[in-house]
Amino acid sequence: MSLLQLDKVTKTFGGLKAVDNVSYTVESGSIVGLIGPNGAGKTTIFNLITGNYRPNQGDIRFEERSVVKLPTHQIVALGIARTFQTIRLFQKLSALENVLAGCHCRMRAGALAAMARLPFQRREERKALELAMAELRFVGLGQQADQMAANLSYGNQRLLEIARALATQPRLIILDEPAGGMNDQETAALVGLIRNIRARGVTVLLIEHDMSLVMKVCEQIVVVEYGSKIAEGDPAAIKQNPRVIEAYLGTDEE
Amino acid sequence: MKTRRSLIYALFCGILVVLPVFLNAYWVDVLNNVGLYGILALSLNVILGYAGMFHMGHAAFYAIGAYTTAILNTAYHIPVLWLMPLSGLVAGFFALIVARPIIHLRGDYLLIVTIGMVEIVRIALINNVFGITGGANGIFGIARPEIFGFQIRRPHEFFYLIWAFMAVTIYLFYRLENSRFGRALTYLREDDVAAEGSGINTAHYKLAAFVIGAFWAGMVGTLYAAKMTIIAPESFNFWESVVMFMIVLLGGSGSIPGVILGAFLVVGLPEIFREFATARMLIFGAAMVAMMIFRTEGILPPQPRKYPPVGELLTGEAKP
Amino acid sequence: MEQFFQQLTNGLAVGGIYALIALGYTMVYGVLKLINFAHGDLFTIGAYLGLTLLTTMGLADRLGPLGAVLLLAVMVMGLVGVIGALLERIAYRPLRESPRLSAVVSALGASIFFQNTVMLIYGARFRVYPHDILPKVAVNIFGLQIPLIRILMLLTSVLLMVALYLFIQRTKIGTAIRAAAIDQGAARLMGIDVDKVIMIVFLIGPSLGGAAGLMVGLYYGQINFTMGWIYGLKAFTAAILGGIGNIPGAMVGGILLGVIEALGAAYISIAWKDAIAFCVLILILIVRPTGLLGERVAEKV
Repeated sequence: MSLLQLDKVTKTFGGLKAVDNVSYTVESGSIVGLIGPNGAGKTTIFNLITGNYRPNQGDIRFEERSVVKLPTHQIVALGIARTFQTIRLFQKLSALENVLAGCHCRMRAGALAAMARLPFQRREERKALELAMAELRFVGLGQQADQMAANLSYGNQRLLEIARALATQPRLIILDEPAGGMNDQETAALVGLIRNIRARGVTVLLIEHDMSLVMKVCEQIVVVEYGSKIAEGDPAAIKQNPRVIEAYLGTDEE
Repeated sequence: MKTRRSLIYALFCGILVVLPVFLNAYWVDVLNNVGLYGILALSLNVILGYAGMFHMGHAAFYAIGAYTTAILNTAYHIPVLWLMPLSGLVAGFFALIVARPIIHLRGDYLLIVTIGMVEIVRIALINNVFGITGGANGIFGIARPEIFGFQIRRPHEFFYLIWAFMAVTIYLFYRLENSRFGRALTYLREDDVAAEGSGINTAHYKLAAFVIGAFWAGMVGTLYAAKMTIIAPESFNFWESVVMFMIVLLGGSGSIPGVILGAFLVVGLPEIFREFATARMLIFGAAMVAMMIFRTEGILPPQPRKYPPVGELLTGEAKP
Repeated sequence: MEQFFQQLTNGLAVGGIYALIALGYTMVYGVLKLINFAHGDLFTIGAYLGLTLLTTMGLADRLGPLGAVLLLAVMVMGLVGVIGALLERIAYRPLRESPRLSAVVSALGASIFFQNTVMLIYGARFRVYPHDILPKVAVNIFGLQIPLIRILMLLTSVLLMVALYLFIQRTKIGTAIRAAAIDQGAARLMGIDVDKVIMIVFLIGPSLGGAAGLMVGLYYGQINFTMGWIYGLKAFTAAILGGIGNIPGAMVGGILLGVIEALGAAYISIAWKDAIAFCVLILILIVRPTGLLGERVAEKV
């Protein structure tokens, strides 16, 4: 079943067409990569999916339901979680507290329940803590739960963002350059993590510049350049696609 | 470390409970003012400290609470203490209406708008809007609070009423701080894009912070009205907001003990150094500048939240 | 109809004052992205310094009205400019790298400090400017008797604004200021001494505010230590109305606000006059925060 559908999505900023008539589908249970040269509009597409921007034209459907008019937090509640290209953690808070932010949308207690410390509120808090710890262990940061986010290594900060996103219990997780700043060892571990995420039943959509990672882990790849989709297919096909090669390496000067 | 803090707090509470016995009426009244401003600052702390919204119009909510009590009490003779929650509700409702359109404004713009708001409220009160606010002279003849027939009149009696309310406030706000709600405010203060992206309805929580802060300030307004029996628009001007703002900032933005310490310093110190009272605002101004340069977090900044130790949490399976 | 034009010219004159003060806000905001809350109090200091200089030095007797006012203006503008530069050095420069709120609070603190200093030195009551400095004649324009002083004020404001505009657009320093306002980092890399540029902005902006203070003293005849608060807020509204950071915008905003206020006070109610400015402010911030002449800037996520 198609989980996410982009249908002729266009986004302009002033005179610039950042995303131009892009359509593609993400099937449930798959790992899809979105690649393209810098400035091709990849992060803009992500921001359109998560509701940070609104498309000028076209529609985006998640589980058959249009999400373009919804505020971001509602899209998260529906089941789409994301990480940010520039890491956006709560730097002064602990790793655990960062992940707890993800738990928020699956909890109910409000101000009154908090002040009264109702039984359901206390149970909910306990469960949230357990879930947060579980997600930290899942990404491999179980030992760093009490560490301040700013003190974690760059690679670990990226993992923490993933843990926070997973805590929202999404059906689709969007990773924006998760391997950015990671060394080879960490990148290799990331491949395993992405596969584990899929094994949990979460569909993965990711932007990446690290081609080895993309080729190894993605089943389907979409290529954009200057805001338009120029190719779509499995890794082997994309590797040989002349348009893609031209976009990344340029053509020979005659 | 934790037990030492608890000990200090317990000692402080103990001293406070018996203090009125040793002090004359004047100094007890000073402590009453410390208490009132302290609770006001704690309510502002929800908006400014927890949610990080630059709000300098808090006196408006205080005013609305006080005036609600004054009007309903003098017109319908409803007992003052019954009017406390009602005044809070009116102030909270006002905050709901006023904050909704401005909640998305960026920091310094929000600051300016809140200043404008408090001034408009004050001007409206002076101009006797709807004919019920008594104009520049205000309203007089507000009744004293009564508990089971016992009328609270003297400073010593007000002391226990005010500080009992303070204790309740601290208790409830502490719980609020360490809850899903309190965390949501922290997240949106630290990075509201990341908070929204993590599934938190930032607009809702910003509004909720305003409403809760306003509700509490409204209730303090009731206490103030009953204590003074006369209220006038001049008691609720922008400078009152500045004093509350200073208490939060100086004491420790986002920290309950910090705010209370701030109240003692900002309200209490000038009383101790009476000769400097006229230059009090001058020193305030210089202190604000110095605080920002040398210690932005305030004297007693908030401590990180405590969670059960990592090992204690049971292993859970990450569910799909 | 006569009343309309009287109020209109009144509004223009007052608007000129708002515009001069607004320029100070907008220039500082342009380079530092900071709302200088203390600016209104620099305006007040200008008014009080003018009073002191005028009465102690007996300029009116020695130089005649025009000469006195000119010399006074130069002195007041110079002094207030220097105070402005000092303010920047002490209260704002250490906070360049700090979060925005710190500088805003520092500005508020400086404002409180200045205001209370003025109060302690000059007292809390209204102080009166000598009445007979400027001639109280009225000029006949299109059959209306318009006070000369009103016209002079408007002319002075316009003159100062034009001078500032030319300075910003045509001189090297003016260009440096514009560059620093767009991107401080890039300006620094281009060899612009940003610290000096900022200092100059704090010399010019406050000096214009000081001039406005002097004019208010001469026009209205009485001054008070709290006037910086109300004038400052209105001028700030004017700056926002025109588009904060935009110099022609501040000029347009100031005049416009002056006119709206004067007509509103005449035709709606004088008691709510001050509230008009606040309402305009809140409306603008909700509906069009970038102001009339400002540009929309998108934020990258």
